[in-house]
Amino acid sequence: MRRSDLADYALPLAVFLAMLGLWEALVRINDIPPYVLPAPSLIGATLVKDWDTLSGSLLVTLRITFEALIAATIGGVALAILFARSRWIERSFFPFAVVLQVTPIVAIAPLLLVYLDANTAVLVCAFLVAFFPILSNMALGLASADHNLIDLFELYKASRWKQLILLRLPAALPYFLGGLRIAGGLALIGAIVAEIAAGSAGQGAGLAFRIVEAGFRLNIPRMFAALALISASGILIYLIFTLLSFLLLSRWHDSARERGL
Amino acid sequence: MLSLRGVDKVFASGAQALGGLDLDVREGEFLSLLGPSGCGKSTALRMIAGLSQPTRGAIEWRAGQPEIGFVFQDAVLMPWASVFDNVWLPLRLTGASRAQSSAKIEAALELVGLQGFAKAYPRELSGGMKMRVSIARALVLRPALLLMDEPFAALDEITRLKLNNDLLRLKQELGATVIFVTHSVFESVYLSSRVAVFSARPGRVAAEIEVAAPLPRDDEFRLSRLYAQACKQASDALHAAMGEA
Repeated sequence: MRRSDLADYALPLAVFLAMLGLWEALVRINDIPPYVLPAPSLIGATLVKDWDTLSGSLLVTLRITFEALIAATIGGVALAILFARSRWIERSFFPFAVVLQVTPIVAIAPLLLVYLDANTAVLVCAFLVAFFPILSNMALGLASADHNLIDLFELYKASRWKQLILLRLPAALPYFLGGLRIAGGLALIGAIVAEIAAGSAGQGAGLAFRIVEAGFRLNIPRMFAALALISASGILIYLIFTLLSFLLLSRWHDSARERGL
Repeated sequence: MLSLRGVDKVFASGAQALGGLDLDVREGEFLSLLGPSGCGKSTALRMIAGLSQPTRGAIEWRAGQPEIGFVFQDAVLMPWASVFDNVWLPLRLTGASRAQSSAKIEAALELVGLQGFAKAYPRELSGGMKMRVSIARALVLRPALLLMDEPFAALDEITRLKLNNDLLRLKQELGATVIFVTHSVFESVYLSSRVAVFSARPGRVAAEIEVAAPLPRDDEFRLSRLYAQACKQASDALHAAMGEA
């Protein structure tokens, strides 16, 4: 157990640190100027120096990401339940969901900015990309409840409501959590993309706007610092949902089995 | 207890599962439906449970439809729920709370020899134990009619024999009527007071065999003359039915 722990955590960390060291060394040895490629130490220093500005933007971006994610979860789950109740509703509305999904968000963002104020437009963009994986995974999960169990519920004359609560929702949980993990990453991407679109119109205060702004001023270290924060946010979101899956599923679902017992 | 009269079942695909099925089920008997795969015996069972409707013909209940317990080929447990919660399900669907149900659940688990496993999750149990949970769930409402669809087909021989004996003991203790679907001649004769042999395409009853030996039966019975004769009879009837098809 100890040895595999070491391999699981220490090794990737060591490799990551080695890469940073290599980067630092390359920059120093070749005397690369910071406006071309800043060294990791300078990026770290910028992160500390500009923390007041960057942390504010980080909060803005994270807030939009999570608001979009919550809205996408509520909307996606509700629509999936509606789809599960009626084939006709599913037939009629699923194509719209697909259209929204396959249309690149970069292309929709400028249009949304025409109709909505910048903050709302960013939120809607992040929502649109996060919505589909939750909807489609949830719909799949609701439909994949064991047919024999459905028969059993029918035998005991369970109402559709009880069937939903006691059978279909728990059966859909692993699928939903898979969708949530994808949606978490996508919501962040959606927020960033929309912020860039909005930022180029001269508005917004999220991390993406900081990148664009720093780019205009050739403040490359700050671009990297903002980028590092975005990556860290993405990783954090992924870890949160992985942990959530593990906590909710480890007792019963095969996907969490290895680590569970 | 009930009669199936001239029951036909044609699926939407056009496949005919049952054709002119006549079958009477007597109060308190252990009836096996024996037949090759795809002969419609499971379909007949699902119809009795009300999970499927006959295309033609009717199912007549002598005194109204009683409480029914159903055991599937697999244990069909909810993997996210503990053994206790799985057995609670039928009670829960009638609106009984966890506390109200507790005594009945414990009693059902004791019937199948699983006391002390209430908190376990299905995946922590062996195949035989899962099937016991499934039987406890079917028994928790004390049904007057227990329907079993090849419940032990996926289990190993040793577990299967053990569960056969336990099932006979339960049958004697509870006095419920049992309809048991199987494709094993030996299992059907060992368990039943009557075996209905099905022929396939379309499914109907080709022969009925009475197994006169009283309960309790044990391994002694497996060596008896009567058992051997009944097995021969059932086996011949099965071959005849399959030859016809």
